[in-house]
Amino acid sequence: MRWLGLGVVVAAALLLAVVLGPAHVPLADLATSEVVRSLRLPRALLAFLVGGSLAIAGAGLQALVRNPLADPSLLGLSGGAGLGAVLAIALHVNSPWALPIAAFAGALGAMALVYRLGLVGGAELDPRILILAGVAVGAFTAAVTTALVSLSDAAELRNAFLWLWGGLSGASWDNVALLCVYAPLPVVVLLAAARPLDLLALGEEPARHLGADVESVKRRVYLAASLLTAAAVAVSGVIGFVGLVVPHAMRLLWGHRHRPLLPAAFLGGGALLALSDTVARVAVAPRELPVGIVTALIGVPVFVLLLRKWTAS
Amino acid sequence: MDRELILDVRGVSYRYPGAPADALEGVNLAVRAGEVHAVLGPNGSGKTTLVRVALGLARPAAGSVMILGRAAGAWSRRAIARVVGVVAQREDNLFPQRVRETVLLGRYAYLSLWGTEAAEDHAAVDRALARCDVSSLANRWIWTLSGGEYQRVRLARALAQEPKLLVLDEPTASLDVRHEMQLFELVRALADRDGLAVLLITHHVNLAARFADRVLLLADGRPAGDGAPADVLTRETVERVFAWPVSIASFEGRPQMIPLRHGKDEI
Repeated sequence: MRWLGLGVVVAAALLLAVVLGPAHVPLADLATSEVVRSLRLPRALLAFLVGGSLAIAGAGLQALVRNPLADPSLLGLSGGAGLGAVLAIALHVNSPWALPIAAFAGALGAMALVYRLGLVGGAELDPRILILAGVAVGAFTAAVTTALVSLSDAAELRNAFLWLWGGLSGASWDNVALLCVYAPLPVVVLLAAARPLDLLALGEEPARHLGADVESVKRRVYLAASLLTAAAVAVSGVIGFVGLVVPHAMRLLWGHRHRPLLPAAFLGGGALLALSDTVARVAVAPRELPVGIVTALIGVPVFVLLLRKWTAS
Repeated sequence: MDRELILDVRGVSYRYPGAPADALEGVNLAVRAGEVHAVLGPNGSGKTTLVRVALGLARPAAGSVMILGRAAGAWSRRAIARVVGVVAQREDNLFPQRVRETVLLGRYAYLSLWGTEAAEDHAAVDRALARCDVSSLANRWIWTLSGGEYQRVRLARALAQEPKLLVLDEPTASLDVRHEMQLFELVRALADRDGLAVLLITHHVNLAARFADRVLLLADGRPAGDGAPADVLTRETVERVFAWPVSIASFEGRPQMIPLRHGKDEI
């Protein structure tokens, strides 16, 4: 019943994303419309894949760092991706793939740095240090990015800022296909870690006693969540709060067991971002809001509610 | 009849990386089926380190640790969880969960990667809940339990692992007398009736003396005595190890320690 409901929400979100838009497409012409085929459909699917990736990464990450208020943006990857993208803009690299590739490289660089810092206490990955390292790396890359943006001229600056706030306007069948090939591996790695993540909620030592290979689980979950986040950032810029809010909403419906929670988070995150992107396209048409602004406007009040609930219990 | 040797620790030494002295030195410990083996000692004497070494979580610098005749380091965490159940000193509850759910986590080591819990897993959980007398709490949220109920639920989760060896690290810390006695009686019954080997880490010298078959007394990581409670817990040994004057009485054939006040003639 819950799964059916979620399925309906996903279908409705994708349908709305295809039907609504500044250009009027009669319902009868949906299947043949060029606007739908080459613009709205790939964009809806990309929003779904990115939102799903961010949400499942967030759910895994919250269990990994043992903090239910963790979000993929805390990994420091977004900052690295932003720096990579802005560097590409500043260096006038002109190619349709330059931005996503530079952003992905920046995210991987940040990931390697954060991971190395997470190991600073010894051979065991320390999730608390991981989060602090992520915030530090994020702040540092943001500082460098802002320095670059402030030194570049006005038109570039606007591009860079818009890109940093996230947007799916660059959607194409190419990057939908790319994510379809790329995302399944880290998603399966996360799904396979579902049960050990349940144990990890008791603490690392009790999880070991119950039979979990804790060190390996921590590494796999961190790398999988990071790779998903890096790809999401590379195709759509920084989109906050999907990875924080969606796992929470799904926990209300499915409980905290990761076996159902992780796939539910993927579907829910996909639906939320597809809807948010529709709002971003339609709200101030013919202009467009960066979708990161829409998710933040939805996400921040929900976050405050969750924070109150969390601190009250 | 010689009981089956479950855990065999021989001449073990361990030093934490960068520490100036050994945390354990020359420790022996043999835990057999149907026996409760208590480990006593002051704070920092190496009790918890001994547990980590015994469970293969820390590799000793010298000596050997065998679980069921196989080196502790050769077991995977998953395989070891099917023969050793542990109630650790503390654990977190990051997400709210019900009693039955948390006991079901004890079945993790029996589940395949993509499989779900089978009838035998639920049967093991039912047995464990009944054995610890917490069946009636199965649908309660963990955070609504009293301290004593919570410890019995955690014990049930360890039993759901269907272990041969049960390791309890300070299981009755902060429990009142009734709950403390209930838990010790339950542990004793698990050894006597179910034939479990029990390794019990505790600060309660007197309860260990009454419930354990054997007592290992640790002082600064070295064994200060190992054997029947009456042989190990003599006045001289206890005073030396705990650095406090005591008197030893006998109750039902077991030694009982009474710490003395300062200012009396013993000091």
